[in-house]
Amino acid sequence: MEEKFIKAFKEALELEDRTIDLTDTFRDYEEWDSLGHLSLIAILDEEFGVVIEQAEFNKLSTVGELMVEVKKRMV
Amino acid sequence: MAFQYIPNIAVKGMAACVPKKVEDNRELTLFETEDDRNKFIQATGILKRHTVKGSDLCASDLCFQAAETLLAEIGWERSEIGFLIFVSQTPDYIFPATACILQNRLGLSQECYAMDISLGCSGWVYGLSTIASLLSSSVNMKKGLLLVGDTTTITKSPKDKSTYPLFGDAGTATAVQYEEGSIGLKIHAATDGSSHKAIMIPDGGFRNFFSRDSLVEHEIEPGIVRNSLQSILDGPGVFTFGITKAPKSISSVLEYFDIKIDAVDYLVLHQANKMMNEKIRKKLKIEPEKVPYSLPEYGNTSSSSIPLTMVSQLCDPLRLRHNVIVACGFGVGLSWASVILETNKIVCPPVIEI
Repeated sequence: MEEKFIKAFKEALELEDRTIDLTDTFRDYEEWDSLGHLSLIAILDEEFGVVIEQAEFNKLSTVGELMVEVKKRMV
Repeated sequence: MAFQYIPNIAVKGMAACVPKKVEDNRELTLFETEDDRNKFIQATGILKRHTVKGSDLCASDLCFQAAETLLAEIGWERSEIGFLIFVSQTPDYIFPATACILQNRLGLSQECYAMDISLGCSGWVYGLSTIASLLSSSVNMKKGLLLVGDTTTITKSPKDKSTYPLFGDAGTATAVQYEEGSIGLKIHAATDGSSHKAIMIPDGGFRNFFSRDSLVEHEIEPGIVRNSLQSILDGPGVFTFGITKAPKSISSVLEYFDIKIDAVDYLVLHQANKMMNEKIRKKLKIEPEKVPYSLPEYGNTSSSSIPLTMVSQLCDPLRLRHNVIVACGFGVGLSWASVILETNKIVCPPVIEI
């Protein structure tokens, strides 16, 4: 799960050639912008069947927190 | 879930009108870098947009022209039109209702039921549902005009990259008739007012009356500067909403009325942006050939996007053939609705520019 999640996450934000850490605050990435955000929403839906409501998403700050939230919502 | 079945109703003709003036997103200086601009265009699919800026055109003027062109071709007597619905969030005045003004301008009888509906992206489907219901309950008047249009480019801050490059202006007219034996309309409609702030103009209504402060510009983030009379758009929130609710609404109405998706000739989606619409299309597993886009040429035209897409992209099939069409509008409100309709060789003049 972690590997699949990181791969999807990197793809959404075009971070493929970077090392990322679960403790990273994803909004601090230089690559984080509104289109990246939309790609992330789309890819989480596509790969994991998970759509996180905006209000809930706004409470998440690290890559790890996002992963835990996705895992929690997977059936 | 709110489902409707309104039999004996037929769409007999459609027309659309856009302002002549075009803004090209490829020439916009709003983005920080050229790369940002290209990414935006690629993701949204929006190359150009028509705008009323620099003219004194209102949504009602665009709808008026569409209606005149449609009436000239369809051969209805104006005295036969018993119902006029104007759907828009950019009316002429706070009051009176623009539909009343249009009744007079179009030379319709004073014996005409006329009213405005304030909805955006879902507005054409809601308008169709309303006018069809009215026609169904009418004792003597069998014809109605549904005028749907918006000039939202006026409501976007030119300093807001999250809204400005997305929107275009258009006005449309749809001729709807009560006709025994017609298949009619099958509709699903829904609302989520908890997210009403996702797309809104905060000031200038009666909750936050216009004041001097309304004109003060705020920098929300770099590249997003607007005042309180200009439109807010929570992109990610609306994206999440669209990719969840639209496919569910479409599937539910097809399922409820037991219609296979393969039997659908065209799926006409509200033209939000390409990324969102493609997500919706893929979720429904519909071939790209069945899902027309007017986004590249016209952008997101709010309430007019479904009829404008039909007129600009499906003119030939609409004129020449019988079609099973599913249309889904979703957005401001938040409000969404889907309709299954059948058209049979309807009147459909090419898009008018004024």
